[in-house]
Amino acid sequence: MKKLGLIINPIAGMGGKVGLKGTDGLEILAKARNLGAKPISPQRTIKTLERLTSLEDEIELITYPGEMGEGVVKQCGLNPKIIGSIDEGNTTPYDTQQASKELYELKVDLLLFAGGDGTARDIYNSVGTKLVVLGIPTGVKMHSAVYACNPMRAGDLAASYLQGEVRELKEAEVMDIDEEAFRSGIVSAKLYGYLNIPYERNHVQRLKSGSSINERYSQEAIAQEIIENMEEDYYYIIGPGTTTRSIMERLKLENTLLGVDIVHRKQLVEKDLSEKGILEHIREKKVKMIVTPIGGQGFLLGRGNQQISSEVIKQIGKDNIIIIATKQKINSLNGQPFLVDTGDSDLDRMLSGFVSAVTGYRESVIYRISS
Amino acid sequence: MTRESKVRNFHQAKWDEPVIYELSSKGERGILFPEIEKEIEAIVGDGISKLPSNMIRAQPPNLPELSQMQVLKHYLRMSQQTLGADLNVDIGQGTCTMKYSPKINEQFATAPKFTELHPSQDESTVQGILEIIYKLDLFLREISGLDKFTFQPGGGSQAIFAMVSIIYAHHEANGEAEQRDEIISTMFSHPSDAAAPNVKGYRVINIYPNEDGLPDVEALTEAVSERTAGLLITNPEDTGIFNPRIKEFTRIVHEAGGVCGYDQANANGVLGITRAKEADFDLCFFNLHKTFSSPHGCGGPASGALGVSKEFMKYLPVPLVEYDGSKYHLNYDIPKSIGKVRSFYGVVPAILKAYSWIMSLGKDGLREVSEIAVLNNNYLLKKILEIRGASAPYAKGRHRIEQVRYSWDELYKETGVTTEDVTCRMADFGFHMWSSHHPFIVPQPFTLEPTESYSKTELDEYISGLKKVVEEAYENPEIVKGAPHRSVVHKIDHDPLDDPSKWAITWRSYLKKSKK
Repeated sequence: MKKLGLIINPIAGMGGKVGLKGTDGLEILAKARNLGAKPISPQRTIKTLERLTSLEDEIELITYPGEMGEGVVKQCGLNPKIIGSIDEGNTTPYDTQQASKELYELKVDLLLFAGGDGTARDIYNSVGTKLVVLGIPTGVKMHSAVYACNPMRAGDLAASYLQGEVRELKEAEVMDIDEEAFRSGIVSAKLYGYLNIPYERNHVQRLKSGSSINERYSQEAIAQEIIENMEEDYYYIIGPGTTTRSIMERLKLENTLLGVDIVHRKQLVEKDLSEKGILEHIREKKVKMIVTPIGGQGFLLGRGNQQISSEVIKQIGKDNIIIIATKQKINSLNGQPFLVDTGDSDLDRMLSGFVSAVTGYRESVIYRISS
Repeated sequence: MTRESKVRNFHQAKWDEPVIYELSSKGERGILFPEIEKEIEAIVGDGISKLPSNMIRAQPPNLPELSQMQVLKHYLRMSQQTLGADLNVDIGQGTCTMKYSPKINEQFATAPKFTELHPSQDESTVQGILEIIYKLDLFLREISGLDKFTFQPGGGSQAIFAMVSIIYAHHEANGEAEQRDEIISTMFSHPSDAAAPNVKGYRVINIYPNEDGLPDVEALTEAVSERTAGLLITNPEDTGIFNPRIKEFTRIVHEAGGVCGYDQANANGVLGITRAKEADFDLCFFNLHKTFSSPHGCGGPASGALGVSKEFMKYLPVPLVEYDGSKYHLNYDIPKSIGKVRSFYGVVPAILKAYSWIMSLGKDGLREVSEIAVLNNNYLLKKILEIRGASAPYAKGRHRIEQVRYSWDELYKETGVTTEDVTCRMADFGFHMWSSHHPFIVPQPFTLEPTESYSKTELDEYISGLKKVVEEAYENPEIVKGAPHRSVVHKIDHDPLDDPSKWAITWRSYLKKSKK
């Protein structure tokens, strides 16, 4: 029997309707409640669970007490196994972290969590990629790529995964922005890491393409293309991300998934550099930089790679920026352009317009950058 | 189909029919020939030993062994397990131009006068068919405005490959073949416009569509350079949206030194309305099995009729069919020819059928074909947009040419029912809705192309089918997700297709892979 874990962040999303741009921190939560915010996570989670009731006899549902799962699950007529304990009405990120740890120890096959970017970070911090997880979108901020497109789809995808219909996994970005800065109008997003989610390939696409080229093959094809065209006298700045990582893996070089590394003549010069470090390395050298957009939102620069500052970009020059992205990733943007936010609006404007992005072996596309 | 409901109470045959090789039983024969009589043997010998030795197989071929009646039943059963343009309202296979293929043209193609021809006959004995090939060339010159056609390519992708070979030959003749290593295409052009150049060794640059579904001129400007070998583009693209700035595209590519090839595999909405010449294309091709009514024949035999402007005639594959004022002949004397892309002269039955179809319609008839195809399409567009959960991304509120790429994204988000589910459920009502909508930029895509062949009643029947399925999707999605219920096969597990050891396209490769 398959085991399904469920964690609800009961307060996720409460800040949204009352205009608070997030619900991180006790003070903000109190403020949200004062403004009349009602919990939305439970109602949205019910929509997910309704999609799973037909599997009642095939899965064991394990969840936390009360508002963190038990209540909603029982409301759906399901009979969960309850673990842990909480202080009802006063749950904190610690509870999410604790719950995911315990569910990991119980070896659940899939962990469903209802929340937003803060919740995703808590899960990431406690179990990382050790568990297969899937987000039910109920938060205010949802910059991460770990959620299904709506609660019903979360239920369907969970069912497909537990029934073995969906077998592939994908590393999806965990992003978050600094809420406090955001409230004062500054968007500063950070890429925290990746969570493993079930990868629902488009069913129809599979029909035609048969031996469909999945994202990983595409990444390897891109890596091969980049490596074949690497020039001896250039230093290569490799930005963060799984697509850029595939280049390092193909070169069998150590690398930092979330950091910036420098490569020269297919050898690692230094890894995980700060802005200052990058500037020191590239002074008076011929440099190219390889960056990839963040899945689902399209940021090329200014999110998750702030080390690559406007100063760094100016030194490298627009023509030496190589953009790489799988077509799956570009298609996931639904026609929205790549985005840049370097903090220097003149530079952003200069970077905007049509650019070429490498999408495979001897294959590229023309796509738009907007600031 | 009752008066109240336009949806049929359909149920397809399911014979669970094995592959014909599995029906084989050793020694079984369709015809048992009599022993050769002594008198005859005395004159002609045993009939085999006189054959040139290089023509005699060392081993007999591994063919299935069946009696006549078994063969007949096998294929009749198979025929009951299909859907197609002759059986259902086949408008769900957008981009493929499924239209009526007049049966009289089939009769021409199966008449002994035609079937007894051999491609190695002396040209003086095949003047009739050479005339037909030559005159079809003349027709297509008029339709495209270009100067010479070859019918050698056996389909659209092969025609694209031949175009790319011509582009390569052109740059080679100018000493630029090495420098010009990039071909530009667009995401909504046929995927073969990118795939064929890739096979030829070119780098491919694809342009994404803008909010209107069209490639931007500014994006093309970013794509061209001294490395540009050419542009391969469809217009209208697979969205059914016509690119009104196409002349700027060809100008920009020409100015960069590139060659412009027009993918007109499906030209069903533009006959007599726009031409390759006026848009300044150097090359183009038509699929005779799409626009010109020759049947698709399940992937062949088909024909990609490839046309070129004067400057590129010297690269065409040989032989070309030509006329000297008194007789037709095969011209092999094309020194810069790219050579052969297929044996002999192309799929001649397809040529004959397309010729007959054009002759039966004439100039005005061809234009009317396109006008009705466009009218049908825009009627359908209006009706589909009235269906809950359906949408037509891009070019909102505007008319389309001959087809539309629609989306079930809203339906999917609201009910969890995917395009694939709808496709499977439509089969329960005797309808076909197919699955290829590359490159999958449009979420949950489906592409409908009604052509000129279907009546309003038939279009309404198809629309009723979709409405019925959507109704079920909202009320009882499990019916749709579990479909088909009344078709030949249930859902197929596609995962084995990712593993070459699990599939085979011929019996021989099956035996090899399964080590039998």
